[in-house]
Amino acid sequence: MNTDTEIIRVENLTRKFNGLTAVDTISFSVSQGEVFGFLGPNGAGKTTTINMLCTLLRPTSGSAFVSCCDVVREPNRVRKEIGIIFQDPSLDDRLTAEDNLRFHGYLYHMDHKEIEKRIVEVLKLVELEDRKKDFVRKFSGGMKRRLEIARGLLHRPKLLFLDEPTLGLDPQTRVHIWEYILRMRKESGLSIFMTTHYMQEAEVCDRIAIIDHGKIVDLDTPAKLKEKNNESTLEGVFLKITGREIRPQAGESSWVQWMRRS
Amino acid sequence: MGDFWAIYILWLRDLKRYWYDKARIIASLGQPILFLFVLGTALSPSFKGPAGINFSEFIYPGIISMTVLFTSIFSAISIVWDREFGFLKEVLVAPVSRWSIVTGKALGGSTVAVLQGTLMLSLAPLVGVKLTPLIILETLIVMFLIALAITSLGIVIAARMKEMEGFQMVVNFVIMPIFFLSGALFPLDRLPQWLNILTRIDPLTYGVDLLRGVILKVNIFPFWLDTAVILGFIFIMFSISVIEFNLAE
Repeated sequence: MNTDTEIIRVENLTRKFNGLTAVDTISFSVSQGEVFGFLGPNGAGKTTTINMLCTLLRPTSGSAFVSCCDVVREPNRVRKEIGIIFQDPSLDDRLTAEDNLRFHGYLYHMDHKEIEKRIVEVLKLVELEDRKKDFVRKFSGGMKRRLEIARGLLHRPKLLFLDEPTLGLDPQTRVHIWEYILRMRKESGLSIFMTTHYMQEAEVCDRIAIIDHGKIVDLDTPAKLKEKNNESTLEGVFLKITGREIRPQAGESSWVQWMRRS
Repeated sequence: MGDFWAIYILWLRDLKRYWYDKARIIASLGQPILFLFVLGTALSPSFKGPAGINFSEFIYPGIISMTVLFTSIFSAISIVWDREFGFLKEVLVAPVSRWSIVTGKALGGSTVAVLQGTLMLSLAPLVGVKLTPLIILETLIVMFLIALAITSLGIVIAARMKEMEGFQMVVNFVIMPIFFLSGALFPLDRLPQWLNILTRIDPLTYGVDLLRGVILKVNIFPFWLDTAVILGFIFIMFSISVIEFNLAE
């Protein structure tokens, strides 16, 4: 693969927490305009990988480049190019929808006229234009998520990280959210790096990496994955590759794990 | 230039949150008003202040300092809320330098504290303290210095605090001692030696002394010493908080 068209390149990336290896020497690359899925059971290392790629966490070893910039040496150049929808909410609910977006625009050094123009555009995209003066704490879970997507797209990132973007949302909102994202991808050639537990959503991916115990177990197109594993659905592929055992949640204490087992 | 606008928007966020939350503005005036008028009036007969100053007048600069102290620490500790509610990630993942995040937060928290202190300052006629435009200007500057010192201290603490549960500890073991030892409520010139030493370790002592000098024209330390201690404290705390934010992950 040509490095000019690569939006992400990861080489032997590793992250350890107090002796526990969350991400274990993984390597892969994502090309521009690609929708790349990162699937794995809870605690497999998905969020840890995203946190390293978006400069929130330093790798223990190995290297990662986003848009040809080293995430450790040039974090601010990486930050400029990416938009992120975190797994957990990250809005200021004491401010209005508009305040949240404007805050974001200023942090990303956008031109002030451009910020106002983009606020109108992205709110229209996620169908929240009539709620811009409302405080975020009055929003439902789905509306908050849509606002976060609007915010993630505000500064026209080249690469969008989606960490379980539709977790806990109703099917209507999930469908809409994918509509917005795929429309943006078509219009602007956005690259997407996503994680999800809904296997039907993973069908939109061009390629999928399956990660378990911090290692990439397989990486291929959805069709090839199904073919290789002789399964008709991604769900089947996923269970075949990662097994049926329930995993401990991130941060779950040992007695909860013990309760599960007994 | 990008850093300037990042600082501006972080500062504006604190101001907006303050402005939107009118209930908090009123609520946080309750305690200082009780101190000033109830404690002040009750203890006035048994107090002999310097230059014929009564007890209410004497503690007035102390109570303004208290208002600034508590508002500053609350603003800074809100970083811990931001971490719990995820908003801090939005800030940390933005292409802005870590020092500008700390600066924006420190300036925002300090401005809010000065506004709250100014509300207390407007009670001067009720206390019987005469203000001139020059005194008001000097008071605003001193309040801002105290606020900057305490917000910087608060940011240093907040950078290490993972959960809001620790806040009560901070209040009881950091904020209350800073308040009680500062001489906000009593004169510092007739204390036993052990207490004397403790009051002189407290950075707020110098802020209260400076404010008392500005408003009532009575102080025990020279002006330069008060200013030097506060500026030094701001510099040290601010540097530590920038280092902490650079190392944090």
